Amino acid sequence: MQRELYAVAHYRSPAIRRYMIRLIVMVSLYLVTLFGAVLTFKAHAVSGVPAVMLAILPALPIIGVFWAVMRYLIEEQDEFMRMLLVRQCLVATGFCLTIMTVWEFLQNFDIVPPGNDGFGTAFFWFMGLGVGGLYNKLTVGTAGCA
Amino acid sequence: MNNRLKILRAQRDWSQGDLADRLEVSRQSVNAIETGRYDPSLPLAFRIAELFDLPIEEVFESPSRRKSGAI
Repeated sequence: MQRELYAVAHYRSPAIRRYMIRLIVMVSLYLVTLFGAVLTFKAHAVSGVPAVMLAILPALPIIGVFWAVMRYLIEEQDEFMRMLLVRQCLVATGFCLTIMTVWEFLQNFDIVPPGNDGFGTAFFWFMGLGVGGLYNKLTVGTAGCA
Repeated sequence: MNNRLKILRAQRDWSQGDLADRLEVSRQSVNAIETGRYDPSLPLAFRIAELFDLPIEEVFESPSRRKSGAI
């Protein structure tokens, strides 16, 4: 039983390996571009079109993470693992839309201050993936890989 | 969906991992199918039946036939 649980926790298909590599690359790029952008803006070293481009730069690796998740869905040969991730993505999307919709209405009626201090749509979607993993664990006995 | 996967696997002295390797799926998949928490697609169900050299209905129990009391 213990051996089986160990193996379950360590399932690694080639698709998962590629996904993990892409994830590490994207997160590293995100940290580099985010710190670069923050430092540059703090130093008031950029303005105009370059400022717009620099502001967008940290968003690109986050979009890259969305791409990595979708590529994993395409590349994974194991239909059960695919189903787990699809369920996670659906839960994540529902979770994120719910939080953002409620938050926006609270802002519209000045109940909470405007802005989000960096906790935007992507943050809640990734958080939703975790909620989706928990949902999978409770309903089908395993969380999935994302 | 009920199935005889655990019995068939035990008859061959295969672990879930052995079966997963033969089917080229994760051990999670085998566990989920075996415990009835996941119904495999038709192609995977056929692969499982072919691996045990049995007709598909001798591995998987038809839910509609079970409901009508035929099984």
